[in-house]
Amino acid sequence: MATFEYAPAPESRAVVDIQPSYGLFIGGEFVEPATGGVLKTVNPATEEVLAEVAVADEADVDRAVRAAREAQSRVWGRLPGAERAKYLYRIARILQERAREFAVLETLDNGKPIKESRDVDVPLAAAHFFYHAGWADKLRWAGLPTAGPDGEPRPLGVVGQVIPWNFPLLMLAWKIAPALATGNTVVLKPAETTPLTALLFAQVCQQAELPPGVVNILTGAGETGAAVVAHPDVDKVAFTGSTDVGRLIARTVAGSRKRVTLELGGKAANVVFDDAALDQAVEGIVNGIFFNQGHVCCAGSRLLVQESVADDVVARLQRRLRTLRVGDPMDKNTDVGAINSKAQLLKITELVNAGDAEGAQRWTAPCELPQTGYWFAPTVFTGVSPTHRIAREEIFGPVLSVLTFRTPEEAVAKANNTPYGLSAGIWTEKGSRILWMADRLRAGVVWANTFNRFDPASPFGGYQESGYGREGGRHGLAEYVAGAH
Amino acid sequence: MAGSTGSSMSTEASARLGVKKTYKLYVGGAFPRSESGRSYVVTASDGRFLANAAQASRKDARDAVLAARAAFGKWSGATAYNRGQVLYRVAEMMEGRREQFAAEVADAEGLAGAQARRVVDAAVDRWVWYAGWTDKLAQVAGAGNPVAGPYFNLSVPEPTGVVAVLAPQYSSLLGLVSVLAPVLVPGNTCVLLASRDRPLPAITLTEVLATSDLPGGVVNVLTGDTAEVAPWLASHEDVNALDLTGAANATDRDGAPLDWGALEAAAAATLTRVRRPAGDGAAAAADGAVEPDWTSEPDGPRRILAFTETKTVWHPKGR
Repeated sequence: MATFEYAPAPESRAVVDIQPSYGLFIGGEFVEPATGGVLKTVNPATEEVLAEVAVADEADVDRAVRAAREAQSRVWGRLPGAERAKYLYRIARILQERAREFAVLETLDNGKPIKESRDVDVPLAAAHFFYHAGWADKLRWAGLPTAGPDGEPRPLGVVGQVIPWNFPLLMLAWKIAPALATGNTVVLKPAETTPLTALLFAQVCQQAELPPGVVNILTGAGETGAAVVAHPDVDKVAFTGSTDVGRLIARTVAGSRKRVTLELGGKAANVVFDDAALDQAVEGIVNGIFFNQGHVCCAGSRLLVQESVADDVVARLQRRLRTLRVGDPMDKNTDVGAINSKAQLLKITELVNAGDAEGAQRWTAPCELPQTGYWFAPTVFTGVSPTHRIAREEIFGPVLSVLTFRTPEEAVAKANNTPYGLSAGIWTEKGSRILWMADRLRAGVVWANTFNRFDPASPFGGYQESGYGREGGRHGLAEYVAGAH
Repeated sequence: MAGSTGSSMSTEASARLGVKKTYKLYVGGAFPRSESGRSYVVTASDGRFLANAAQASRKDARDAVLAARAAFGKWSGATAYNRGQVLYRVAEMMEGRREQFAAEVADAEGLAGAQARRVVDAAVDRWVWYAGWTDKLAQVAGAGNPVAGPYFNLSVPEPTGVVAVLAPQYSSLLGLVSVLAPVLVPGNTCVLLASRDRPLPAITLTEVLATSDLPGGVVNVLTGDTAEVAPWLASHEDVNALDLTGAANATDRDGAPLDWGALEAAAAATLTRVRRPAGDGAAAAADGAVEPDWTSEPDGPRRILAFTETKTVWHPKGR
């Protein structure tokens, strides 16, 4: 068969201005950090340093929390919902207007393919603000717990938010939009390796004329996040990231009155029955684990395929993976971009080596990886047993573990055989079986004949060690209002 | 713009002769005159001549229903998020015409400038409020129902179809927006009969709608004699619901109150859903009956839900 080569289709980076260094965004303006530490953020596809960002210490966190408190009690918490709504609509519109800029910056800083930042991350982030803008003046109709005689749900106050590097802008939107809609103010810490779109978002807040202190953005690493979580005047902590850090946060806030939501790791089962539309299922499997280089907490990292079609599915999957384009994230034809950091690349490599050592069969998609940057070729393990580390631990990379089952009961048992419970997928043409399975899967999101779908109206969050609380929809709003328990 | 809204801006326009706007109907995304060739004089609250508005006929009403029906598939088929974006865009466009609306509302309702501007601001805000409902309605009014059996059971609101709306007779913009926006939220299309004596803000609103990505035919606006046209809309077999809000205070040519009970009875032939005017029958029918207080925030999504159907889907669960 003739092979058609793709011509390069690079997105221009000229659309975005990256400053050499950034301060902290506190009280509506960029300020110098107290002690002046800096971090370098690099383009993981080239290892080029993009910018230096400030490292916030405890004094900076305190300053930001004070700014947020003042803004909450004096301005934001007193604004009518309709006025909060208008600010959020403004932010949504500015994100839409500057979408290309955000997409390019996200791809440079994160390494994800431009087609994903352009078509998924940025539009969804704008949608989150748009959706929550509409709630800001309708909270009394949302069926939330109320704490006031006027029927208006009350905000919690100041929210400390710590977000991960896999969807930097989108996670920011998931955190900030519901917090602001409900009348809270925020101190948000973006991830150490992906701070730039959050800092650009600070400029959006300025363009929207958001009152100073309503959104504060502190860059830094783990210590900064820990200081945000531990600050005594933070009323709620919202975290997305690893289960280990989630445990630490749960311990930190134990015994306090802080509310917490945690959106943590996952080891989702993607269950394929023999009656599934197999080509469609293969697309879903690919999307489930290779979308965003597998840096997705709800990634379908365990493929559970019915034994009678297992060989067929794996063959189709490998054929499909040969066509994936791995490489320059700025190329519009790229399917799989760069691994976000050297540390993450090492972690993926370690777990994949464990897969080899424990006896699973490794298959790697044939592709040429760039010489510089952090890369990992799409990888599939067959012959995986439920006890293998690659079947139990979150790899957070483009690595799929294939297991088999014979009956629906066995599929349920294997799918639920994990301490996690964030998401699951079901592929079958039989509707009743989808619903039977969905009832039994211990996961917060169940996708049927699709995977990795996200919407601001749809609650997202996990069971067990995937965390607690939900983001999105009415359920997500409930996490940001004071409840009369 | 001076001169387009009548003599209230005449001092400003005195340096030159103003160019006056022709107020026409809005049907299927176009601005036709009445097929009947008729027009009627619209005056300000103080009696000043404002414009010759098109006087819609039975045929115009039928054309408008046809246009609304044709637009239903696309509008109701758009995602809730998309409808929200489009409706929010309408508010953005209204914002840019605040001065024009304020002048027209001042003329129509006899309000002072500042009062009229407040009314316009409230109307824009009301539109924003409704725009936000598109992707929340199902979350408030829908339900996953715990039926006693192995079934998935989900209820969701859906648009009822083509809605004929009699706009309030007094509140020419805020009242108008308060009855029109909720009809559009769930995906209905509509034929709106503007206030007979105060129709000009409604026509200006159609110019906003025409430039807001709202597909042509989703909103169709007729001006004219409420008592003449309403019966044709009420009895039209392809109208799914009828909002009689503007029947309150409406009169026929002889000054007799419009009998909205007769409109409801006509609608019964095809079981058209009817939203009755405020107040009890006698009071609402009497000239001078009080309109709802349009300045207060709506009582939740009730007006939206008046023009929805609840659909419940069952599906068995089993391996």
